[in-house]
Amino acid sequence: MVTNITNLGRSGLSDWLIQRVSAIILAVYAVFMVLYLLFHPGLDYATWSGLFSQTWMRIFSLLAFISIAAHAWVGLWTVSTDYLKQAGARFAFQAVVMLAIFVFLVWGVQVLWGA
Amino acid sequence: MNSKRPVNLDLTTIKFPLPALTSIAHRITGVILFVGLIFGFWALDASLSSPEGFEAVRDTLANNVLAKLIAWGLLSALGFHFVAGIKHLLMDAGIGVDLEGGHRKAQITVVISAILVVLAGVWVW
Repeated sequence: MVTNITNLGRSGLSDWLIQRVSAIILAVYAVFMVLYLLFHPGLDYATWSGLFSQTWMRIFSLLAFISIAAHAWVGLWTVSTDYLKQAGARFAFQAVVMLAIFVFLVWGVQVLWGA
Repeated sequence: MNSKRPVNLDLTTIKFPLPALTSIAHRITGVILFVGLIFGFWALDASLSSPEGFEAVRDTLANNVLAKLIAWGLLSALGFHFVAGIKHLLMDAGIGVDLEGGHRKAQITVVISAILVVLAGVWVW
């Protein structure tokens, strides 16, 4: 059982589930965005901003951004614990990752509701 | 430990099996995608900020070679990470979890993602 204090999920099983649920949400979001852009070859600003002014799209996007935060944390935490053997370097890396995730999340919220 | 056991430390004779390569590639593309979020959020932010911002993003993606390379690289990484992720879900479901199945799934992952990489390139250019 994983008892590492930097593991936010507090258990490997919980990380496993978080990774899969967030993966499915991100897969659906990625497929949606790719298909949307493919089917709108001459996309203009009005259509594009119109899409993101819809409440469902903002909810869908925020769900995806939160999933990115969770997915990236579990993934990069796993990678860092596998390859960074020196505790100080590993903690520093994880701190930078956490800060970047926080910035992306706040940035994403601002893009969706700001301006 | 029996000291007469054969030891193989000649790295040129050690080869990763294909499933090991797709596994490490899944991790590498994951790290790439995380770094690439900077470009993704920048493009989303700029394109939604104003009509001028939207045109700037469109112009950059249409005319800037570096931006095209980054877009192609990130779409490729996304394609591989997506396919390898589906492979993971299949393994979770207990599908093809044996030596032969593992190799087969790794081969399919490489083929499908190679197609996606080419399609992404066609899309960007």
